[in-house]
Amino acid sequence: MSPEVLSTPVVDTAKTVPGRAQSRARAARRRRILVSIARLVLLVAVLGLWEMLSRAEVIDPFNFSMPSKIWDQIYTWVTHGTALGSLGEQIWYTLYEALLGWVIGVVAGILLGIALGRIRLLAEVLGPYIKVLNSIPRIVLAPIFLIWFGLGPSSKVASAVVLVFFPVFFNAFQGAREVDRNLVANARILGASDRRVTLQVVIPSATSWIFTSLHVSFGFALIGAIVGEYIGATKGIGLLVAQSQNTFNAAGVYAAMVILAVVALVAEGLLTFAERRIFRWKPTGSDS
Amino acid sequence: MSAHTSPAIELRGASKAFRTPSGGLHTAVRGLDFTVGRGEFVAVVGPTGCGKSTTLTLVSGLEEPTEGDVLVAGEPVDGVGDKVGFVFQQDATFPWRTVLSNVMAGPRFRGVPKTEAREKAREWLARVGLAAFEDRYPHQLSGGQRKRVALAATFVNDPEILLMDEPFSALDVQTRALMSDELLELWEGTGASVVFVTHDLEESIALADKVVVMTAGPATVKQVFDIDLPRPRKVEAVRLEPRFIEIYREIWESLGEEVRITRERGAAHVA
Repeated sequence: MSPEVLSTPVVDTAKTVPGRAQSRARAARRRRILVSIARLVLLVAVLGLWEMLSRAEVIDPFNFSMPSKIWDQIYTWVTHGTALGSLGEQIWYTLYEALLGWVIGVVAGILLGIALGRIRLLAEVLGPYIKVLNSIPRIVLAPIFLIWFGLGPSSKVASAVVLVFFPVFFNAFQGAREVDRNLVANARILGASDRRVTLQVVIPSATSWIFTSLHVSFGFALIGAIVGEYIGATKGIGLLVAQSQNTFNAAGVYAAMVILAVVALVAEGLLTFAERRIFRWKPTGSDS
Repeated sequence: MSAHTSPAIELRGASKAFRTPSGGLHTAVRGLDFTVGRGEFVAVVGPTGCGKSTTLTLVSGLEEPTEGDVLVAGEPVDGVGDKVGFVFQQDATFPWRTVLSNVMAGPRFRGVPKTEAREKAREWLARVGLAAFEDRYPHQLSGGQRKRVALAATFVNDPEILLMDEPFSALDVQTRALMSDELLELWEGTGASVVFVTHDLEESIALADKVVVMTAGPATVKQVFDIDLPRPRKVEAVRLEPRFIEIYREIWESLGEEVRITRERGAAHVA
């Protein structure tokens, strides 16, 4: 009997909803526009102030450069290429080193993290060594890699790998350790072997932990590649920074930074897109 | 005794002690003795936190007894066997699998080919009334629906032994009664032997052939009551029968005492 009885008041309230819903939607839209305008104003203000102070020589234009010069620099690089060759080639070089280092570091980190999370003996034996390795400021390894692997991309890939490995490893390890015990018990009761439990319960549960580290670690891979190039390379954006610095071209350093920021943002966007596809099973709003 | 005449489950003086994080030894159950006949529905009731769930982990093979024996079909339990199904108190559906894939998990883990597993899973999903929900993920379902998924995922393995650890305790009262009826219907078709752990005496009488009352922790068997209510039962109707109330009063006399002991201990602990 309840559906009919209930439906009447529901319809009543539904009638009043459209007006209010519309005004709410309008308010939300207005807010979004306000935020976008405020952002734009802030950007223009900061850049404008920089440009003005620099032109008025309140700050030294030689050291601090100015937005218009940075823009000119980027434009020159895009249209006429850099001293090292075309700009695209430099970006591709850096991206290639970062990506390769990232992939190797991520795969190694996940494999070892899951293995240590699942196999207690391994965790107990290797645990202290990993802690020691992690406590080394790993960026100082970059010069060593340069000596080992030379000026080519492999030394940059190596520094990216050591930077990426640890955060991914620790997250995968933690993820494998913190799997819901009920899920593991349930899988075992349903007939899963140890291998199946690892592949079909532990790894899926650990993916959200792992993905958190992937975001951070791509940034680390870029740092590894850039620092490696900065110390010694034949191509890449890091070398562009080093060369600009050596020729006292402040605009060049800033321009390289802008290019790097764009590259990092695009990579981050791709990663978020992949994450959304993989985590369709998650309730929306619980993460981010 | 041959495998055919032995009871489905037999506990002989089974005890289980756990190491506590502080290094002490916590005895969860001690000297458990009871049997579950083939096709019998046994409910285990006891005060909260007395160690009822430990009984189930011993029978399932997830844990080994520190002392005594646990036998399933006349054989000592050695690891998780393939005869056992277990419905957990908490949600144990795999959140990254769809409903259908969750129900297929058991047969797939046991090496059943994909198409056959899918067919069986669909059949059980239809039986628990979730045929239209097979593509959903668990977070998109209500608590009662998730429990139905768990039931289907358990029954699809055709368990001879069904262990249930307060499976409906997280559900609201109406859903709970509904699920109890559904459970009885599903079970009556299978002939499985059931151990159903609960702290709800009403639920235990409505469902079971036999109610085992446990003492306050460390738990041991205090008394066993036979429930002579006729089947098939409807839980909402059966609890209004005079015989039900009689049995309830009789068991409560035994159980109430243990509940009081547990409560007094808790109070002493707080003080």
